[in-house]
Amino acid sequence: MIAVTRRELLRKSLLSGAGLFVAFHVPRKAGAVSQPAGKPPPDPNAFVRVAPDESVTVLLAHSEMGQGIWTGLAMLIAEELDCDWSRIRVEHAPAAPVYAHPAFGMQMTGGSTTSWSEFERYRTAGAMARAMLVRAAALQWKTDAKRLRTENGFVLRGNDRLSYGQLAVAAQAQTPPKSVKLKDRKSWKIIGKPTRRLDTPEKITGKAQFGMDVRMPDLRTALVARSPVFGGKVKSFDASKAKSVKGVEQVVQVPSGVAVIASNFWSAKLGRDALVIDWDPGPGANVDSAKLLESYRAQAKTKGTVAAQQGDAEEALSHSSKRVVAEYDVPYLAHATMEPLNCAVRLADGRCEIWTGTQFQTMDQASAARIAGIAPENVSIHTQFLGGGFGRRATPSSDFVSEAVQVAKAAGVPVKTVWTREDDIRGGFYRPMFLHRIEVGLDDKGRPFAWKHTIVGQSILAGTPFEQFMVKNGVDSASVEGVVDSPYLESVPARVVTLHSPRLEVPVLWWRSVGNTHTAFAMESMIDELAWAAGRDPLDYRSALLAENPRHLRALKTAAEKAGWGKAAPKGRARGLAVHESFGSIIAEVAEVSVDEHKEIHVHKVTCAVDCGTAINPLGVEAQVQGAVAFGLSAVLQSEVTLKDGRVEQSNFHDYQVLRLPDMPEVAVQIIESDAKMGGIGEPATAPISAAVANAVYALTKQRLRSLPLRLA
Amino acid sequence: MRLNVNGTEREVDAPDDMPLLWVLRDVLGLTGTKFGCGMAQCGACTVHIEGQAVRSCVLPVSAVGTRMVTTIEGLSPDGSHPVQKAWADQDVVQCGYCQPGQIMSAAALLAQNPEPTDQEIDLAMAGNICRCGTYQRIREAVRSAAAKRRVER
Repeated sequence: MIAVTRRELLRKSLLSGAGLFVAFHVPRKAGAVSQPAGKPPPDPNAFVRVAPDESVTVLLAHSEMGQGIWTGLAMLIAEELDCDWSRIRVEHAPAAPVYAHPAFGMQMTGGSTTSWSEFERYRTAGAMARAMLVRAAALQWKTDAKRLRTENGFVLRGNDRLSYGQLAVAAQAQTPPKSVKLKDRKSWKIIGKPTRRLDTPEKITGKAQFGMDVRMPDLRTALVARSPVFGGKVKSFDASKAKSVKGVEQVVQVPSGVAVIASNFWSAKLGRDALVIDWDPGPGANVDSAKLLESYRAQAKTKGTVAAQQGDAEEALSHSSKRVVAEYDVPYLAHATMEPLNCAVRLADGRCEIWTGTQFQTMDQASAARIAGIAPENVSIHTQFLGGGFGRRATPSSDFVSEAVQVAKAAGVPVKTVWTREDDIRGGFYRPMFLHRIEVGLDDKGRPFAWKHTIVGQSILAGTPFEQFMVKNGVDSASVEGVVDSPYLESVPARVVTLHSPRLEVPVLWWRSVGNTHTAFAMESMIDELAWAAGRDPLDYRSALLAENPRHLRALKTAAEKAGWGKAAPKGRARGLAVHESFGSIIAEVAEVSVDEHKEIHVHKVTCAVDCGTAINPLGVEAQVQGAVAFGLSAVLQSEVTLKDGRVEQSNFHDYQVLRLPDMPEVAVQIIESDAKMGGIGEPATAPISAAVANAVYALTKQRLRSLPLRLA
Repeated sequence: MRLNVNGTEREVDAPDDMPLLWVLRDVLGLTGTKFGCGMAQCGACTVHIEGQAVRSCVLPVSAVGTRMVTTIEGLSPDGSHPVQKAWADQDVVQCGYCQPGQIMSAAALLAQNPEPTDQEIDLAMAGNICRCGTYQRIREAVRSAAAKRRVER
């Protein structure tokens, strides 16, 4: 039973007489970030709306960015509501405190948390709506609600039936139940069934509205010229040529640069091209990737801030007979969402209205309010479909939303800021460059008994509002996740993990699977090196080290079996293996690769075994694993942002290359039946692919590649 | 100038050098065709001109002339083009932003080559980037749309 007595219940119509609304606050845990001050906005907050026209509308507290919650959260409501699936509609909820993330206390989408964090709240909302519909029917039939049942959008009593639409208005007057009993797993009809996406019809016809597609008669387009060097400032600018471009209306200075406001994108772009700006580049002009990597190498030889420690690793290493030392490095990476960033803003009558695709409504709302000089509840956010997120649309500084509000404020007209691809690739907020130096001492059986691990890379969370919660004793958890909690390290008696977090002008951010993008590469490559050093099969070696981790073992064994591990690979190919836990899910991947005459690496097949606990929509889980592998493969094979003299050397998809269809391997996904606590699924499959491929390349060529993207000498 | 878009003659007031993409989006309000790169690298802006897949982000509108332009909005009245149906069957989409371009490339391929080999599919779809990584299901959808046509013939 789930008690709802302590929950705040709201039952007000969004549209008067439109039917039943159910909404409530789940008491949040000691949260990460406090909600913006002020009273809740005037809109009532609701998760499900049953209307007289038989429609059931699910309101999404999180943002749909491809991960499939548009369908997944609707399945949770529908499971308990017993409604007609074909009548389900979904909408993004407005930005309001009631939609705060149950675990984080602010409205946001990220960390592969939506499904598990909403599993109870959305089912409960569905169950409450159902109970109120049943009560309304009981009243009409003058019978006991306990004698009634529900099915496919109807309340039933013998052969009599009333549709949810017929009952919607009456149900709204019912007192919500004090508690509801959720179905047990055995009775599920929807959860766990492969279900096609609800957003497909609009996304295959061009009707789906992304932020980029927002149009209004008086909405202008703005392009902002930003400093070519991170942290640079405008010294002076000459806008005379820009202003002579047809369609350009205004040129205004904003904190991030100079904005050209025009009647359309093309005019704004030509206008921006015609700007003459004198920049003060500042200290960012010294950043150089190659030099930075050298300095990281030097830092990695010194002890950093201790992130984890047991025993005396130095001492143990000093009398080990066999030592393996390796350094792994990864570059800066842009998210390169297919939809370039954009944000439409209208400031009028003491209010700020925002149309954008964002992962961070609460932060954006607070930031917009500060800039506009109004209270957060006077900022409305109309969340549009996100043309990809991958973390880029979740900036603690609300960079692209804040900038758009600044532009609208300076221009005095409603504007939509649009980023070009060049702005995106050169715009920072990258996955940070990282270097790992690992020294391991092996015992006479080839098992690690001493492990010294030094990590160097910028902190994502330093200087953000999250620092106070997620940076402990100088260690950013996002820099060391996947190492300090590695099951391999648990069995090493003497170990130390330390961290250097250099501060640089280059803005960095979470990028699909965050710290695990580099920690899984370093850990799973090193374990593979140790297996070869010990003369053991990489699967057997891992299995021995993970003996106390049954979920890891099962994932490994499943993926290995499905991939034909131990049997000869097709001619000219070899297989590599990796297993990694992140976001509460465990994924093992076997990559099958070949190398062509130009020394190009080809990944033909990736076999994945996934333990994510309950899979709400297996069809969606499969899609997320396939997609996350593809996203990771871009970084394994191609993508890299480099800086020279503080300037980003790449600019568009011709030099910031990403995976294309001909290079997509066949990705087979085996979902392991598991009653483990539900984990995330949007990100975890990105983490192990780099090591799985590098390990396969080693098996094939005996060349150990320790830098991403992988390049054979 | 006049432009034939989705079977309708439209009077368009736009500078000659404005790429067709921005005429479609900002002048005609047809936002189904997407901006992704502006240099014919990603395929999000793919439309048909006389049935050929063309990247509209680098094509000056003045170069279109009297040729017929088809956008995702004009591919079928209700999403019932065989490629769209295959996309729905295979549950291809994720974020969906690149999909109009993917679908237009696939539809042009199948119109010209009803039975493409896997290699021909790879080649025809190589110009369309999807960051969500829906490529595997795209491949399956193109194959199944082709197979369905074979059965129907």
